[in-house]
Amino acid sequence: MRTCRVVGPLWAAAKHPAFAGRPLFVVQPLDAAGADVGPSFVAIDNVQAGVGDKVLVLTEGTGVRQILKQGDQVPIRSMIVGIVDHVEIG
Amino acid sequence: MYLGIVKGTIVAERKAAGLEGKKLLLVQPVDEHGGSTGELQAAVDTVQAGVGDLVYLVGSREAALACDPWFVPVDAAIVGIVDGLDVPPRRLT
Repeated sequence: MRTCRVVGPLWAAAKHPAFAGRPLFVVQPLDAAGADVGPSFVAIDNVQAGVGDKVLVLTEGTGVRQILKQGDQVPIRSMIVGIVDHVEIG
Repeated sequence: MYLGIVKGTIVAERKAAGLEGKKLLLVQPVDEHGGSTGELQAAVDTVQAGVGDLVYLVGSREAALACDPWFVPVDAAIVGIVDGLDVPPRRLT
């Protein structure tokens, strides 16, 4: 999993049926200090995250399928699974 | 999943079993501002995307799961065409 910042929502009318009704956000991975690191990516939201929130993002499909419980052929790889309140380093 | 811009179409007559009839597009992965984030790649299209479209893709094994039938040798699939994106302007740092 990665800690990320929610950058903003995106909309798509034409999409794979597995994405129907699922909010999509662009998320930006963060380093330990909370600074942007690496390219942004797209994740579905499972915890009602908002823009600017620091979140925990699952980036592996089997875990996503375990959460969604919609069978083993859901083509979704990244999902926001937590809202980070606080990180302590050291 | 990640964003990409469709740059072209790939035509390949001889393909591995399972790829027959799959539409292949050439995609440039990008960030939310359209900046390139990696190398140009080939992806299977599941949503009738066209050249110039901003799309989102899924990679690895989930790309195959986006296809029907799903047991196919692909590692990137276009799974949505982006209509709108609400992101703040790039910070100048």
